[in-house]
Amino acid sequence: MQVLIDNFDRLLEAFLTTFRLFLVAGGLSLVFGTILAGMRVGPIDVLSKAAAFYVTVFRNTPLLVLLLLVVFGFPKLDINLGYFWMNILALTMYTSTFVCEALRSGVNSIPLGQAEAARSVGLGFTQTMQNVVLPQAFRAVVPPLASVLIALTKNTSLCSVFGMAEATALMKGLLNDNTSQLWWIFGGIALGYIVIVELISTVAGLLERHWRIA
Amino acid sequence: MAASVLFDAPGPKTKARHRVYTVISSIILLAILAGIIWQLERKGQFAYALWEPFVTPDIMQLILEALGKTLQSAVLAIIGALVFGVIFGAGKLSDHRLLRWPSWVVVEFFRAVPLLMLIVATWFYIGPEQGAKGFTALVVGLILYNGAVFAEIFRAGINAVPKGQSEAAYAIGMRKSMVMRIILIPQAVKIMLPALISQAIVALKDTSLGYAVLATGLTYTAKEIFRTFNNTIQTAFVIAVIYIVLNLILSMIATWAQKRFVGEQKIDLPLVGGLVQSQPMGTGTTGAP
Repeated sequence: MQVLIDNFDRLLEAFLTTFRLFLVAGGLSLVFGTILAGMRVGPIDVLSKAAAFYVTVFRNTPLLVLLLLVVFGFPKLDINLGYFWMNILALTMYTSTFVCEALRSGVNSIPLGQAEAARSVGLGFTQTMQNVVLPQAFRAVVPPLASVLIALTKNTSLCSVFGMAEATALMKGLLNDNTSQLWWIFGGIALGYIVIVELISTVAGLLERHWRIA
Repeated sequence: MAASVLFDAPGPKTKARHRVYTVISSIILLAILAGIIWQLERKGQFAYALWEPFVTPDIMQLILEALGKTLQSAVLAIIGALVFGVIFGAGKLSDHRLLRWPSWVVVEFFRAVPLLMLIVATWFYIGPEQGAKGFTALVVGLILYNGAVFAEIFRAGINAVPKGQSEAAYAIGMRKSMVMRIILIPQAVKIMLPALISQAIVALKDTSLGYAVLATGLTYTAKEIFRTFNNTIQTAFVIAVIYIVLNLILSMIATWAQKRFVGEQKIDLPLVGGLVQSQPMGTGTTGAP
């Protein structure tokens, strides 16, 4: 217990780094994943195939290997943005594939009849999208997107191996110095992660309620 | 005719426009690809010396052994996780609060905590040495995390069996354990199988975390190789290809299992509606052959 109190400021700082990694990589993944999903479901065959290829390759590569490639490999190609942004780059490359798949399955979950019915009552393309397709897609997409973001939170722990002083790195450091306090340290750091995960699922729950059928 | 909710079937003008977009996007994609290759070439990353280790018999042997170790850790972890998952999944389904609550806490905890944290903490618990200790820590961590996920899959699978099945079983006088063993589990396994295989893919990918605790396996061997030959990009590429091939094989098995077992249930008429509808993604598959 004492270890946690003594190192409270370090703990806070470490979780701030974890949270920053999550926020930045999450935001970028949402943007890039949406672009990928747009390419994937769009009518242009080449773009759809390219996005599918990207998703297949990066979804099946372990994140650790991807981090290895980006953080240790890219500097050899004169691509170096510093540890934080290199970690972000790898996390984004990986997570955006899952965002893409979540969005795509959300769009695919809407029965074709919905769009056909909307068109047959005379709604235009924009109206169909705005009033019929997208509201349903948002609703269908919230739970899988939340689980992608929760996975991202947990995946930021891998950055501890690649030079980020975030929560898991701190746990390793504390364990090195205070092996006898293993349970307290483990419990304390775990609690921090659980708080972030709970935060995401609470927000997701609220959004789901917000978008549910009245 | 339209194959998507997003747009109508294209007419002649749209088709012409799409052709233009196709050309433009092809050029952009090719330019990106060419840029990557050019940058790799410019930095001498295609030099034979950097790739040579992967055609050297000794090192190929080393990678093969490491692959064996990685597969071994994955198999051990999945078997352990299945046991863990069945125990805690059944615990979560229990009628007794004393069993249900602890199971719920355990499953939720291990699902919410990062796997790497579990592995590192286990490693420090059993003594942070490289090799066998790291390997044990990796497998234990994988069992705890994937076991918790399996428990959820198990519970969802059992719940996905139509209620009438267990009601009918109780009505003809079966006991709780018999209903579970003879009626629910055999049907639930079919529903669970695709999800179980997907999670096995995740477990296989996560064996790469052995890197952090110096566990013998693909990623640790990769570290030794790129430390020796200074060829990080090439090593990462080779390891990634190995993982991708393994995962794609497992994905194909998952797809096959989905088709095989969903197809089988379709013949079994009284079950089909209930089973397909109670699966979360059921609507998408009903029309498929």
